[in-house]
Amino acid sequence: MTSATFPPSPPENTSWSRYFGFNTDAKVIGIQYIVTAFFFFLIGGLLAMIIRGELITPPADLVDRTVYNGIYTMHGTIMLFLFIFPVLNGLNNLLIPTMIGAPDMAFPRLNAVAFWLVPIFGALLIGSFFVPGGPAYSGWWSYPPVSTQNPLGHFINGQGLWITAVALSGVSSIMGAINFVTTILRMRSPGMGFFMMPVYCWTALAAQSLQLIGLPALTGGAVMLLMDLSFGTSFYQPEGGGDPVLYQHFFWFYSHPAVYVIILPVFGIFSELFPVYSRKPLFGYVYVCLASFIIVALGLVVWVHHMFPSGVAQWMRNFFMFSTMLIAVPTGVKVFAWLGTIWRGKLRLTTPMLFCLGGLFNFVFAGITGIMLATVPVDIHVSNTYFVVGHFHYVIYGAAVMGIFAAIYHWFPKFIGRMPYEGLGKLHFLLTFIGANLNFLPMHPLGLMGMPRRVSSYDPEFAFWNVLASLGAFLLGVSIIPFLLNMVSAWVRGPKAPHNPWNAIGLEWLLPSPPPEDNFGEHVPTVISRPYGYGTGAPLVEHQAEIEKQLTLQEASA
Amino acid sequence: MTATPHLNTEHPKHNLTGFIIFLCSESVIFLAFFSGFALLKTAALNWLPPGVEGLEWRTPLLNTVVLISSSGTIWLAERCMSKGNLMGFRAFWLLTMALGAYFLYGQAVEWSGLQFGFTSGVFGGTFYLLTGFHGLHVATGVFLMGLMLVKSFIPQNYAGGEQGVQATSLFWHFVDVIWIILFVLLYVWQRS
Repeated sequence: MTSATFPPSPPENTSWSRYFGFNTDAKVIGIQYIVTAFFFFLIGGLLAMIIRGELITPPADLVDRTVYNGIYTMHGTIMLFLFIFPVLNGLNNLLIPTMIGAPDMAFPRLNAVAFWLVPIFGALLIGSFFVPGGPAYSGWWSYPPVSTQNPLGHFINGQGLWITAVALSGVSSIMGAINFVTTILRMRSPGMGFFMMPVYCWTALAAQSLQLIGLPALTGGAVMLLMDLSFGTSFYQPEGGGDPVLYQHFFWFYSHPAVYVIILPVFGIFSELFPVYSRKPLFGYVYVCLASFIIVALGLVVWVHHMFPSGVAQWMRNFFMFSTMLIAVPTGVKVFAWLGTIWRGKLRLTTPMLFCLGGLFNFVFAGITGIMLATVPVDIHVSNTYFVVGHFHYVIYGAAVMGIFAAIYHWFPKFIGRMPYEGLGKLHFLLTFIGANLNFLPMHPLGLMGMPRRVSSYDPEFAFWNVLASLGAFLLGVSIIPFLLNMVSAWVRGPKAPHNPWNAIGLEWLLPSPPPEDNFGEHVPTVISRPYGYGTGAPLVEHQAEIEKQLTLQEASA
Repeated sequence: MTATPHLNTEHPKHNLTGFIIFLCSESVIFLAFFSGFALLKTAALNWLPPGVEGLEWRTPLLNTVVLISSSGTIWLAERCMSKGNLMGFRAFWLLTMALGAYFLYGQAVEWSGLQFGFTSGVFGGTFYLLTGFHGLHVATGVFLMGLMLVKSFIPQNYAGGEQGVQATSLFWHFVDVIWIILFVLLYVWQRS
C-alpha cells in the first residue's frame, strides 16, 4: 500500500435527504437509528414526567388510575424496545465497521430493513394509545392473567398491539444481530485477530450473541400469549391446563439477558474511553474481552431470580441465587480493569470522560444493590417494591444511558465531522448525574420501607422520598435541553472536527471526519498491534505515520 | 437513493454464515416450544381432553419416513450439483419438493381427522402449535426449493458459489431434525 492511495477523501454527498429514505450505508443507518431512538426517548421521558408528577403527592390526583397503568407500561416498553435497543444498534452501525476496517455491514439491505421496522412497530405501540381501551396496562412484563384479559372484546386492543410490536422488535433485533455477528466474524481488517479487536467489538459480539439465543424464546412465549389473548387457547390459563408461570420463564429467559445486551456495549464504551482520557493502555485487555463471554454464559442461567416469589422450587432458588452472585466476578474483573486503567493516568476531564466516570460510579452502586437482590430472602422482602425500580434505573439510566451519552460525545466529531460544545456538555453531565442520583437513590429507602411499584397513590409516610425522587426526575427532564441544544447547534454550525480530536488510537480515528461512504475502501490498513497502545508509542497499523500525515495535510487544505 | 452503486451490492460470500447464525437462533424458538410442552405435560393432571384416547401414530410415522428420506434426496441433489450434473440436481430437487409436499398433505389429512381443536385445552393448543409451526417451516422449505429450482434455469447462475442451494438444503435438514424431536415428543411419549 502506498500512502498516495490513502487516506480516502471525505464524502462528497452530505445532503440531508439521505437520512429520510431507504439507505444501505451503515453510517447513515446508524444516525437514523440514534435520531429515531431519541425521538422515542422524548416520548418515554414525557411519560416518566407524568409518572413522577403523579407520585409527587400521595393521592392519585393527576391521572386516572387505569391511565396510570398504561403510562408506566408504555414508559418501560418504549424506553427498552424503542430507545435503548435502537440507540445501541445505531452505535453498532457506526462503530463496528469503522473499528474493524470493514467498508460496511455484511448485509446492508437487511440492515436497512431492520432499521425501518423500528418506526413501524414504534407507530404500532404509540398508536395503541388511540385504540378503544387504551394501551397495554399490564406492566412491561405483560404477565398473564392480566395480559390475557380483553374486557372490551375488541380484536385490536392495546395488549394485542403491544405483543405484535414486541414481536416485530424481536424480528428487527434478530436481523441486526445476524448482521453484526457476521460482520465481526468475517470482515475484520488484515492482521486483526480476535485478540487485536477493540473491546467494543468484543462486547457487541457478546451482546448480539445473547440476542440471538434469548430473543426467539421471548418471541415464542409472546406468540403463545397472543394466541391466549386473541384465539382462546389456554397455554397460560390454569382452567385449560395451562401455567402462567411458564410465560414468566419465557419472558425472563430473554429479558434478563436483555439487561446484558444493554450493559455489555456500555462496558465496551467504558473500555474504549477510559484509556483515551487516561492516556494509558487498557488494564488487563485479554481478561476484559473474555469476561464479556463469561457474562454471556452466566447471563443465560440467572433468569429465575426474577421469579423467586412466583412459586418456583427451592433448588431453583438456590441455584439461581448462586449463579446470579457469580456474575459479579466477571463484572468485577471489568470494574477493576477500568480502575487500573485510570490509576495514575493523566486524566482529561472532557465531557465523555465525565459521563464515563459518572456511569462507572452509578454502575458500582447498582452492582451492590444487585448482589442484595440476588439473595433470596432480601429479594422476597423487596420484591415488587421501589427497591427493584431503583436498582434497575441505576443500571439502565445511571450506567447504560450515561455510557451512551459518553459514546455520543466521544464519537460525534468522527461521524458528524463537527465538535460538540464542551460547556453545554459539562452542564448536561452535571444535571444528568445529580438528577439521576436524586431520582433513583430515594427509591431504595422507599422500597425497603415497603412502597410497592406500579401504584399511583401511596401512604403519606412515603411522601418525603417521593418528593425528592420527583425533583430528581424533573432535573433529568431539564438535562435533556442542553443535550439537544448541543447536538443540534454543533451539527449545524459547530467547529470542524479534525480526524482525531481526542488523540485516540483506533482504526476509526485513521479515517477523515466524517468518514467516506466505504470507509477505507480497498485500502484497509494492516493492524500490527493491540488496541489502546497509549503511552507506548507503538503504531497500530502499518504506515501509520504516513496515513496521519496525509490526513493532516488533507485537513489543512480543506 | 444516494449511495454509490457498488455499496448496494450484498456480500454473497457471507450469506451462508448469516444463514447458519439464523438457524441457530431459530432453533431456540423450537427449544422454547418443546420445553414449554414438556413442562405443561409433566405438570398436567388430565393431559388428554375428555373423549380423546391419544394420538394415532401410523400416518405420522409414514410422514416421518417420507420426510427423513427427503433429507437423503436433497443430499443426492446437492451431490449432483457439485459434480456439475444440473439435470440430476433438478430431478432429485424436484423429488425432494414432492416428498415435502406429500408431508404437508399427510399433515393436513391428519389434522382434518382429529376430534380436538386448537382451543381444546393445552393438549390441543400445544399439538397444533408445534405441528403448525413446523408445518410452516416445511412449507417455507418447499417454497425456497421452488425458488432455487427456478434460479437453476438462469444461465451461469450456479457457476460460482451455490450458497442458496446449500442454505436451502441446510434448512431442510434442520426442519427434518426438528420433526424427529417433535415426533418423539408428540407421538412416542404418549403416556403422561
